[in-house]
Amino acid sequence: MKRRDFLGFTLVILPVQALGQANAHVSTTDPLVVAITKGKDVLPGKVKLELPAVAVNGHSVAMTVKVESPMSAAQYVRAVHLVSEKNPVREMATFYLGPHSGRAEVGSRIRLNGTQRITAIAELSDGSFWSDQVAIEVREAACTDGG
Amino acid sequence: MALARIQLPKDAKRGELVEVRIVIQHPMETGFRRDAGGERVARNAIHSLACRYNGAEVFRATLSTGIAANPYLRFFLRAGESGDLDFWWLDDDEKEGTAKTRLVVA
Repeated sequence: MKRRDFLGFTLVILPVQALGQANAHVSTTDPLVVAITKGKDVLPGKVKLELPAVAVNGHSVAMTVKVESPMSAAQYVRAVHLVSEKNPVREMATFYLGPHSGRAEVGSRIRLNGTQRITAIAELSDGSFWSDQVAIEVREAACTDGG
Repeated sequence: MALARIQLPKDAKRGELVEVRIVIQHPMETGFRRDAGGERVARNAIHSLACRYNGAEVFRATLSTGIAANPYLRFFLRAGESGDLDFWWLDDDEKEGTAKTRLVVA
């Protein structure tokens, strides 16, 4: 393989492969993720985490997380975990849902200590885990006043 | 004494999806902030919250300092009978809060 071909391969093929790969958004060695998933694979998809691309400050940022899933007794979303990359407390929140929820969607306002990636991990009733990750630029972190 | 405001649609049909919104007055202290005198303000955030509808739990959350001050939550539930929505929460100071409203199912 020529060098040019090889570079083309790494640029095109590898990212495409990563898209459908398990644990694309999460680190399998992160103790927090392991605590949530008990070591199970986290697949990309089904989850949609909505955050603005830029936040002027990190004190209060609107967040919506939606999971594409039926909400019936047979199949539903059990929980949605929000994990921060750089907050002093990385486990931001967990929302517990059930068939009575009717729709797997939760909104809140979150606090962010600087520019980082936020990961939402959904746990379905069949025991599978799905995730989405969003990068957000935070101009002024929430924890700057007084350290 | 914590204050909260719950917002619901005026009424709902049986089986309809209802959007529930709550704002709780709470500082969600991170433990990193210093007051005017330079003293560190102790961490105090609501860490647990639950919502019961006619006595059955329909929503539960564990929160942290990663949730903004005056926490706001929005979620859905399916309307059954008319009945009470009971919110309960607990913060790091072991202070409990409650709020209640009525869901009217037409």
